[in-house]
Amino acid sequence: MNKPTTTRRKPTAVTPPPEAQPARRPPMRVRPTGPIVPPSNIQGNALMVVIAIMSFLACLTLGGVSMVRATAASWQSQISREITIQIKPEENFDMDAALIKARDLALSFVGTRDGKIMDDQATARLLEPWLGTGLDLAELPVPRLVIVTIDETSPPDFEAMRAQLARAIPQAFLDDHRTWVDRLVSMARTTVLIGTAILSLVFVAMVLTVVFATRGTLSGNRHIVEVLHFVGAEASFVAKEFQMHFLKISLKGSAAGGILAAAVFGAASFWQGRTLATPQTDQATALFGTFSIGWMGYLGIFATMLVIALLTTLTARITVMRTIDEIDLIRSDPARTDNLPD
Amino acid sequence: MIHFENVGLRYGMGPEILRDLTFDIPKRSFQFLTGPSGAGKTTLLRLLLMSLKPTRGLIRMFERDVSRIPRNELPMLRRRVGIVFQDFRLLDHLTTYENVALPLRVRGKDESSYKTDVLELLKWVGLGERINVLPPVLSGGEKQRVAIARALIDRPEVLLADEPTGNVDPPMAKRLLNLFMELNRLGTAVVIATHDLGLMDQVDARRMILTEGRLDIYE
Repeated sequence: MNKPTTTRRKPTAVTPPPEAQPARRPPMRVRPTGPIVPPSNIQGNALMVVIAIMSFLACLTLGGVSMVRATAASWQSQISREITIQIKPEENFDMDAALIKARDLALSFVGTRDGKIMDDQATARLLEPWLGTGLDLAELPVPRLVIVTIDETSPPDFEAMRAQLARAIPQAFLDDHRTWVDRLVSMARTTVLIGTAILSLVFVAMVLTVVFATRGTLSGNRHIVEVLHFVGAEASFVAKEFQMHFLKISLKGSAAGGILAAAVFGAASFWQGRTLATPQTDQATALFGTFSIGWMGYLGIFATMLVIALLTTLTARITVMRTIDEIDLIRSDPARTDNLPD
Repeated sequence: MIHFENVGLRYGMGPEILRDLTFDIPKRSFQFLTGPSGAGKTTLLRLLLMSLKPTRGLIRMFERDVSRIPRNELPMLRRRVGIVFQDFRLLDHLTTYENVALPLRVRGKDESSYKTDVLELLKWVGLGERINVLPPVLSGGEKQRVAIARALIDRPEVLLADEPTGNVDPPMAKRLLNLFMELNRLGTAVVIATHDLGLMDQVDARRMILTEGRLDIYE
């Protein structure tokens, strides 16, 4: 029986013992790939502030317009919800009977809801600012009013009502407030037009600012554009590299401006809520309505922020593409290039 | 592969820098382009890179008349040409690795598909330990090697090198020349613009000599 043998490898002179072997250097790790256009090469802060200001102005304009529009709409609704029958007094004229007759006649039309005769006290209160207190209406030839509430969605036939009133009570005059409604509608339209014009101006100014900033950035990074050109980059690739930076800058800027504008509206609404029933607030509310812009207004501000960010990015892309085209043209045309031969 | 016929070029209203150049760069060929300073070597390299239009004459690149190629197609053709600039043109904010990988990044390739190739090439040109270093920290010779690696990384059909050994010591120049010859053996046509007679004497290759805008070719 053979004795089992164990073979041992003879240590060689070439192979040092494990503890004597130098530690194997770990393979070098590549750092995470950096952007082709370094963010520090773009004058981002100044541009971000400009975009924030533009965004703030645009959002403020948008909020202001929607506020005035809402106020005008509420006025318009209040006025068009009522019509007035005015009856002029005459000698030996039974005013009370005429008022009741006029109210009943108006209420006989489809589209009317309620009729209210303005009594002596209410009429006196109306005239109080001009004629003072303690007024005796019997001594004065003051017209009397019947206020008729109508259905806004299906109003009565005003012309037929006017004709019947003229026949039944010649002293009566029907005022459907059309003149005021028309004026308010035209005022609201004008406000919206002015707001749209201001918004357009803000957008144009912003686009021009971005064009200048992009051109400045490109001229500062021309060496990068040239290297990319020589290694076979397409204009769209170069534009993509630059537009990403502008997207980030514009998102930050427009968010800052939009949030600030929303905060202004929020603060104004809060102030109005806290100072209700004071003369100043009543005056402001009568003129501008409430400062609250509602969720639609805040949605509008958010949409404006997005539009500004997209507009900036698109402007940057188009400007980069055009500038690269220009650089390409000049570079390839020996009649225009200023490079000297080696 | 490349054909020049009666090509002339002048800058603005100045005199003709290149006159009546007629030559071919065949596939897999190796040639030196030499001549005194101001003879127009760099201009000729720029014509070969399609980044400059000739004032007159015909240039055919990869079987296409360059004057008829739409501008948006030029980048695709330019990708078939690698170039090493005399002033390196490295991007200072990118590492050695990122500079070499730039042509592949521009072609939209994913980093995982080229990382090993870039690291191997960097090792081959002796920069395996300098992959995370920024160009301002590199020596002139190291920058030169990064520029060469960037030109070679996508295995171009033509390699144009402007004074590629101008900033390196003779042993490194020899090593770089061997690299170009190896590349040529693998199928790339090589054009090396140089003043270095010692370098040219090391290889029995075609010599294109530019003198006062005219080209003489010695096979």
